[in-house]
Amino acid sequence: MKAAEVVMGTGARAAALAVKSARVDVVPGYPITPQTSIIEAVAAMVENGELHARFIPVEGEHSAMAAAVAASAAGARVFTATSANGLLYMHEVLHMASGGRLPVVMCNVNRGIFAPWTLWADHQDSMAQRDTGWIQYHCSSNQEVFNTILQAFRVAEQINIPVMVNFDGFAISHCLMPLTLPPQEDIDRFLPPHEPEWRLDPAHPSSFSNVTNAEEYAPFRQMLSDDIMAAIPLVKQAAQEYKDITGMWDGDTIDTYRLEDAEVVAFAVNSMAAELKLSIDILRQQGIKAGLLRPRLYLPFPAEDIINALPQNAQVMVLDRNYNFGHPGGILASELKSALFGRRNDITVKNRVMGIGGIDLPRRFMADEIRAMMDE
Amino acid sequence: MKTVAARPESLTGAQYHYCPGCTHGIIHRLVAEVIDELGIREKTIGICPVGCAVLAYDYFNCDMLEAAHGRAPAIATGIKRMLPENVVFTYQGDGDLASIGMAEILHASARGEKITVIFVNNAVYGMTGGQMAPTTLLGQVTTTSPYGRKAEVEGYPVRMAEILAENEGSAYIARTTVNKPANVRRTKKAIKKAFEIQQKGLGFTMVEILSACPTNWGLSPVQALEWIDENMIPYYPLGEFKNKEA
Ligand SMILES: Cc1ncc(C[n+]2csc(CCOP(=O)(O)OP(=O)(O)O)c2C)c(N)n1
Ligand code: SF4
Repeated sequence: MKAAEVVMGTGARAAALAVKSARVDVVPGYPITPQTSIIEAVAAMVENGELHARFIPVEGEHSAMAAAVAASAAGARVFTATSANGLLYMHEVLHMASGGRLPVVMCNVNRGIFAPWTLWADHQDSMAQRDTGWIQYHCSSNQEVFNTILQAFRVAEQINIPVMVNFDGFAISHCLMPLTLPPQEDIDRFLPPHEPEWRLDPAHPSSFSNVTNAEEYAPFRQMLSDDIMAAIPLVKQAAQEYKDITGMWDGDTIDTYRLEDAEVVAFAVNSMAAELKLSIDILRQQGIKAGLLRPRLYLPFPAEDIINALPQNAQVMVLDRNYNFGHPGGILASELKSALFGRRNDITVKNRVMGIGGIDLPRRFMADEIRAMMDE
Repeated sequence: MKTVAARPESLTGAQYHYCPGCTHGIIHRLVAEVIDELGIREKTIGICPVGCAVLAYDYFNCDMLEAAHGRAPAIATGIKRMLPENVVFTYQGDGDLASIGMAEILHASARGEKITVIFVNNAVYGMTGGQMAPTTLLGQVTTTSPYGRKAEVEGYPVRMAEILAENEGSAYIARTTVNKPANVRRTKKAIKKAFEIQQKGLGFTMVEILSACPTNWGLSPVQALEWIDENMIPYYPLGEFKNKEA
């Protein structure tokens, strides 16, 4: 058996290497910071023959997603990547991918949105796509980006729902970390070739995304709503089988740290959750029984797993890197409260918005914030 | 004492962030000189693009508004229709104008919007680090066409001046460059003409300016100016493509 290879790579490189390992067929792309390094790396792999795929340099993100959806309907395994306003510009076609039940996988490298412009990370871009019918992961390390893209293809193709793999701009996309690359045979075992049940095939004519009357339309929407929820066991299964094959584990729907006996629980996604592990250690040194619960899967929201994982009477400090405009605080806090309502009346939820537009979130700052929230 | 050269009043004097040898700075100055000479600074409103000139509002000493990527002509339309007595210009790169903003530019021109577009064609997406633009020449190496642009895969470079000249709504369309003093003077004349025709209300006006991006072309500043002569002008001929006044 071949051994895994360890390389140094940025999060963007990790994504490109996962695209290669997944043997993707088509990659439409349009540059936007901080995502651009992914499609540049993929374009180079295609041109030098490392990846037998077609790279399509389209004229904007709306077309990138349209081309992705169409290539997927033609039976291809499709990947694209974007950030911030690129993702917003795709919004209409994101619905076409989910409504058309086309398993595109996309990386969104999180960045704050215009106006005003910022280049740096927050989670407004992906969380603003909450109701597009996409499955969403949020990753907290370069390795997790690599692992999750492979798991995302598996889940997407099993259930015919597109998946967005999110990770922070710069903190992950541009920082070097060691990356373990499992042997290709192992990846091929985990992720077999894409064999869609329906595809555009002149030999077996079919049509996608037609005009419907209400009696037809409503069941389609219901089916999408039901099937997204049905992705949860598939996400768990993919994480478990990936672990069985490669030995690597980033959590399944959730990831926890020192949670079992925690009285104070930090709740956050993406790179800040990795840093929060260090904040938890600081708080523990200060005698506070702190722990972390990180939803790795943001959508479908893993309510059951969160409800089961939270220790009795915990105070949950939700640290949102986004705004829930029209409501106080952030989006994750609202999601969590609605999941807990009537189920876990022992839990207290407190919320702060932080790190907007890339404001740095060092461990001590977050530890201090959590301490301050305890007194509120 | 006689002043022979001074900073135009329409520039703030803030130091440019552009790379050494980038010609965005020359083009900024020409636009500012024209605004000064026409005495329209107090009534000029500019739209910044998304591209290397995203910070143009720091340099132009007039009202400026920042657009989403490619939307400058639509934003200029909204301003000009609301404030028809004002002079409105957009300043856009080739990714912004000819790629993601293709629909907006075509329709602003087709509607004959009385605005002036300063179109900086440097054959790459500069700001995002040198990816292929619709204006990238065949064979040109970029980060998304690492072995050179191939017509079969990436298609052909678009000639915006020629395309927009076809639109009935276009009143003045020219292509110039700023790689030599004589060309700089011609560019200034074209920019002035475009602003004058806008003020006369004859229709849509645009000056496409072939501009150097030494950083992403991988050339020295001097080589980049020569590259314009050797590679860009043969494909993008200079001249006036439309002049409703003539
Ligand atoms: C919707 C959207 N997509 C992509 C981007 C990323 N982006 C910023 S600048 C740019 C290209 C700019 O190139 P160009 O217009 O040629 O101007 P230059 O930088 O060369 O002057 C791109 C793609 C963005 N800001 N918004
Ligand atoms: S990247 Fe190119 S266009 Fe941008 S400032 Fe540098 S030289 Fe000018």
